[in-house]
Amino acid sequence: MKQARVAWNGTVTEAEPLDSGRLLLPDGTIVDEHEVMWLPPVEPRTIVALGLNYADHAGELSFAAPKEPLLFFKGKNTLIGHRGRTVRPAGVDMMHYECELAVVIGRPARRVKAEQAYDYIWGYTIANDYAVRDYLENYYRPNFRVKNRDRTTPLGPWIVSHEEVGDPMALALRTYVNGALVQEGYTGDMIFSIPYLLEYITSFMTLAPGDLILTGTPKGAVNVQPGDEVVAEIERIGRLINYIE
Amino acid sequence: MTLITAMEGREAIVNVRLRLAGRRHSIEAEVDWRGGTVTLDRRTSRIDEWEWDAPEVGAVYGVALNDRREWEAMAEAMTAPPYRKPPEGPVLYMKPANTINAHRRPVVLPSGVNRLRTAPAIGLVIGRTAARVRPEGALDVVFGYTIVNDLSIPHEQLYRPAVKEQARDGFTPIGPWVVPKEETVPLSSLAARVYVNGRLVQCVDLRRFRRPPEQWLADVTEFMTLEQGDVLFFSWPADAPLVSAGDVVRIEMDGIGALENPIVAEEGGEGE
Repeated sequence: MKQARVAWNGTVTEAEPLDSGRLLLPDGTIVDEHEVMWLPPVEPRTIVALGLNYADHAGELSFAAPKEPLLFFKGKNTLIGHRGRTVRPAGVDMMHYECELAVVIGRPARRVKAEQAYDYIWGYTIANDYAVRDYLENYYRPNFRVKNRDRTTPLGPWIVSHEEVGDPMALALRTYVNGALVQEGYTGDMIFSIPYLLEYITSFMTLAPGDLILTGTPKGAVNVQPGDEVVAEIERIGRLINYIE
Repeated sequence: MTLITAMEGREAIVNVRLRLAGRRHSIEAEVDWRGGTVTLDRRTSRIDEWEWDAPEVGAVYGVALNDRREWEAMAEAMTAPPYRKPPEGPVLYMKPANTINAHRRPVVLPSGVNRLRTAPAIGLVIGRTAARVRPEGALDVVFGYTIVNDLSIPHEQLYRPAVKEQARDGFTPIGPWVVPKEETVPLSSLAARVYVNGRLVQCVDLRRFRRPPEQWLADVTEFMTLEQGDVLFFSWPADAPLVSAGDVVRIEMDGIGALENPIVAEEGGEGE
């Protein structure tokens, strides 16, 4: 199943996207997708993100592939929904998108074994985890001024359940800027797989239902400019649209 | 009443916002934390008679490298790899929701770890949405103050986020309550004392901060909005004590209260 969260008619509601660009609300009302404002499909307490989890992206940034997952946290101030706008700060030289498969936790997860990992996953959505590289500093890198800026992490458009996605380690990721394909990857190329990550993270911390793991981005990060339309697409999930301003 | 006794009274008896275990909502009460009593609905009882829950908090962020003594100790390393130069922007870290812990609840020492660093910190609890605040009016967005015990597995490197060392379940005791800023002494005059098993081991105050919290609030909210209930905290890690299983840590701050937590060994250990 697919589940979205939207603002409609002065309230916030869950919604199920239908194939025809329409949305089914819980009370049976059907609305057109242009009548709603898309919100992040989940409100996580904790967002765990991965740095350098694709060997080709690590190489692109001149890093050796890490031996242990490189984790960092993000605040919910970063999240915006599908079709939202993200600000490129004035005067910066390099701001790039990062198309990432986002894992949504479904059950309290503590000391989960990799073999049972999928039992703890509600579903998946798409995150575009922008980075402003001008602000990189070598302290708790990637530091918050790079990765925790307001509204720099579009999320959505919806969550697709684990059952409907099937194998999350066999999905194509693509990013388009103004319609041109600029990034292409495959979730099977992650250095640390989703089951491995869930075992690793929950070996030392407890995740709650609704928490997110952003699993990193493959090669192909290029600069974006105000006015650009950036589409992050993941097979079997959808297309997440964002505008740079 | 002389000025001195007025100040002493003001430091020990404070109106606070607190949360009792098992109750959904925060309540307002008067505490005399030196005398060890709390007055709820005009009934006074011992603070220890109650089970406490952590204050309702949203995102909890620490500002690193604000302790001047820590900065000076690192000064040489900052010009060498992997840092290469001192940081220009704020160095932040997050203590996620799983780390939040309450007054008098145990902190579990992970198996295979002998000691934890227990750094006292002053927490600023945000009162209203804070975006691009100016240093002059920064405290307008602050509801009040609380005590944070910023526990971590000791680690030297600050190059990568110290997630595994800082984000363990229960590693951020906070509370016991929040004191509205109007109810207590000025922020700049707050001081902290850390006791381990009743012995005073660390005495610190805000003069050791490289920059005042008001300035950091401006720097942080320049790029990230803080919401009501979020906490920005400032610690004194340079001479913070190391503790082991069986120790009891107590952080006292005049004008706020005392936050106490026992350190306990993990049951079963790795193989459970």
